[in-house]
Amino acid sequence: MFARFADTFFNLEVMQQYLPKIIEGFFVTVQLAVAVVAAGLTTGLVLAVVRAFRVRLLNFFIVIAVDMLRALQPLVIIIAFYFALPNVGVRMSAFVATWLALALVLAAFAEEIFWAGILAVPKGQWEAARSTGLGFLATLRYVVLPQAVRITIPPLTNRTIAITKGTALGAVVAVGEILYQAQSGYSFSYNPSPLTLGALAYLVLFVPVVWFGRWVETRFAWKR
Amino acid sequence: MNDSKPILSVRGLHKSFGALEVLKGVDLDVRPRELVFVIGPSGSGKSTLLRCCNRLEEPGSGSIRVEGVDIMAPGVNINAVRRRIGMVFQQFNLYPHLDALGNVTLALRKVEGKTRAVAETIGRGALARVGLAEKAAAYPNELSGGQQQRVAIARALALEPAILLFDEPTSALDPELVGSVLNVMRELRESGMTMVVVSHEMRFARSAADRVIFMDHGAILEQGLPEKLFNAPDHPRIRDFLASIEH
Repeated sequence: MFARFADTFFNLEVMQQYLPKIIEGFFVTVQLAVAVVAAGLTTGLVLAVVRAFRVRLLNFFIVIAVDMLRALQPLVIIIAFYFALPNVGVRMSAFVATWLALALVLAAFAEEIFWAGILAVPKGQWEAARSTGLGFLATLRYVVLPQAVRITIPPLTNRTIAITKGTALGAVVAVGEILYQAQSGYSFSYNPSPLTLGALAYLVLFVPVVWFGRWVETRFAWKR
Repeated sequence: MNDSKPILSVRGLHKSFGALEVLKGVDLDVRPRELVFVIGPSGSGKSTLLRCCNRLEEPGSGSIRVEGVDIMAPGVNINAVRRRIGMVFQQFNLYPHLDALGNVTLALRKVEGKTRAVAETIGRGALARVGLAEKAAAYPNELSGGQQQRVAIARALALEPAILLFDEPTSALDPELVGSVLNVMRELRESGMTMVVVSHEMRFARSAADRVIFMDHGAILEQGLPEKLFNAPDHPRIRDFLASIEH
């Protein structure tokens, strides 16, 4: 019984054969994840700051775009970018399509979270800063955002981890990341051991990310 | 009272929140080194008057001049004007993510462009003036309410304003902490700082104010020397008000 289980999921021969591919996929996932987090969080923060100017028309479009991105399944966006956009002359690689889709979704969630954080900073903080002659942007930069970002770190780390794991969706458009490599190894060898390797690769990658998230949360938790 | 030009000059100030008219044509002159006390029932427009003076509230109509500058003129640099007008709030509004020195030096560095070293020298001086030199590295949550309010005063003082506005500076404090803040305000007065104080601290008003203004329903009902206004006001409304708060 156990021998069969081991042979199916922990076949060392198969694992050895596909390990290089999984490692290759590991680094693709890392690249994709880093690019998604960098672009997504930056864009989200910029959008939240733009929203703080309270230009009604601009904010209307931000809210519409953000709500749509939050409602859509990321896979649908990836497929749309990769398969539909070429019909209107916009071509991008599978990697770029996956990166752009996930970054946009993360940006949408991050914008909402940062915006909630900005709103949570009491009005008196704005008034105190403005009364000393700080302008709107300086107040935002030095008084409001440092407080807003601290409030937002727990929901932001959760959302960031969830969306970064979405890099696996890239397998659908043949981005050579972990899941894609594991699945193709499985197809070629008729043995699911490459999937086991893939699971291990995800653990190696994301457990430290989860730990890092927890460290950031405690590091920035502060009493009022 | 002296004859020098007023630092703050308010003429015909009106302000409405929606249909509610909270200021109905207020005139006020504050001269250098004067301590003007503003009292009156809640909702009489005291705080709004103060907050219009640095445009935290946008005045409806009328004019406000600070050191001769019309602060409502189109194109006026309101941030430059606000540097000349310090404000102290009921809830202190210290920045919780910065220590006392950081609170006091932020505007020096980011508005006046002073280097950290220069700003910190000035900042430590301001903290010393409010008796908190040794609390420079303390965060707001590590300070008592009275200490927080004194840091807030130091934050305003550090910019060397021409006038300081106090919006109920002791109303949020436990009774035993009020004295320390009032002592700082008394010392400021003795050093010649021009101040407008909205407060219910009548004993302090009697002993420290040059002039007391009684506001009611968005207008100045009566103003004069503290002895006159507290002991023999012309309006019975003021007598009733004073009786109601003197327990």
